[in-house]
Amino acid sequence: MAMTLRDIINKLLRRQRASASTARERLQLVLAHDRSDLSTELLDQMRKEILEVVAKYVEIDVDEGAVSLETEDRMTALVANLPIKRTMSGQIKLKEPINKSEENPQETEDKEQNS
Amino acid sequence: MATDTRVILICSGKGGVGKTTLTANLGISLARQGFTTAVLDADFGLRNLDLLLGLENRIVYTAQEVLEEECRLDQALVKHKQEANLSLLPAGNPRMLDWLKPDDMRRIVDMLKEQFNYVLIDCPAGVEDGFKNAMAASQEAIVVTNPEVSAVRDADRVIGLLNTNAIKPVQLVLNRVRPKMMANQEMLSIDDVTDILALPLLGLVLEDEQVIVSTNRGEPLTLNSLNSPAAKCYLNIAKRLQGEDIPLIDPLEESSGFGAKFRRLMQTKIF
Ligand SMILES: Nc1ncnc2c1ncn2[C@@H]1O[C@H](COP(=O)(O)OP(=O)(O)O)[C@@H](O)[C@H]1O
Ligand SMILES: [Mg+2]
Repeated sequence: MAMTLRDIINKLLRRQRASASTARERLQLVLAHDRSDLSTELLDQMRKEILEVVAKYVEIDVDEGAVSLETEDRMTALVANLPIKRTMSGQIKLKEPINKSEENPQETEDKEQNS
Repeated sequence: MATDTRVILICSGKGGVGKTTLTANLGISLARQGFTTAVLDADFGLRNLDLLLGLENRIVYTAQEVLEEECRLDQALVKHKQEANLSLLPAGNPRMLDWLKPDDMRRIVDMLKEQFNYVLIDCPAGVEDGFKNAMAASQEAIVVTNPEVSAVRDADRVIGLLNTNAIKPVQLVLNRVRPKMMANQEMLSIDDVTDILALPLLGLVLEDEQVIVSTNRGEPLTLNSLNSPAAKCYLNIAKRLQGEDIPLIDPLEESSGFGAKFRRLMQTKIF
């Protein structure tokens, strides 16, 4: 996210940031959705299923996982950011045979802005 | 007979962003430069291009009567009083909303192409039939927007539709730019809007009270008030449309005087 000198000064002074930055970010988010014909429900559904599939193979941090639409130059990409849990020795934690992928509650809603 | 007529759709998605004002001013400017120009009012449900051009009392026929052979094209065309190169054609009147189909639009534009260098189509707001009909007859487009979230969002919708319908080039006009607000970062910047919409910028138009005065009179700024800030912008747009390389005005420059330098410093992108 781009920051201008004014943004930084506002931040230091704990003033509200200039509204143009907010406008820009809100637009980028809303347009990513507008440009794909996916409804929010469909996107959420897809997000859930992607997380479930990945969770079958590796242990992911469901709370940190995010699947979102990002857009640049009128191209929209589906971007999945799914941090994989590591073991103490630093290895990727593979999924234990028992299937417990059912328990991923509403991890989806407010995870869109971690870019 | 004109060859290589350019048929340009002037559209926006959102209403009230300045399509009709741009159409009128561009029409006058192009006519001034010696091009025969027709402005086609495709927003005939709520027509007001005639008002902006001061031609409201001279409309007798519309494109409908031409297509139904109740009159000739030259009877329906309303020639501008001062700019003989400019003519207005209303596509219809407010009572015939459902009448026009894409094919009708194509037929009438084909007739206009016979005798004009430019055909500018003033498009209705929205992305429904009125827009689609007007798009059917167009080759290229100018998308008008304002530096506001809702206008930019709607412009994006329209650009998507123009792209799928192979309209090109599609260029952007950013209207109602307020240099001070932009400088204070309380308004989306020019870069913000062009980056988000990923369109080449044909020009920007400053917010200008004179626009209202000119509508009151039915005389577009480019006709008699060439020194007003918006008129200069419209003239530049007309020139760029011909491929002339006219530099953009810098809105920060416009908000000159005391704070300008400081504001520019404050806009420096840090990361
Ligand atoms: N650059 C400008 N500065 C000030 N007012 C403007 C400017 N451009 C348009 N307006 C005003 O905005 C209103 C809508 O303009 P109009 O051209 O009719 O928009 P549209 O055809 O897109 O609906 C009008 O009242 C007009 O006078
Ligand atoms: Mg209009």
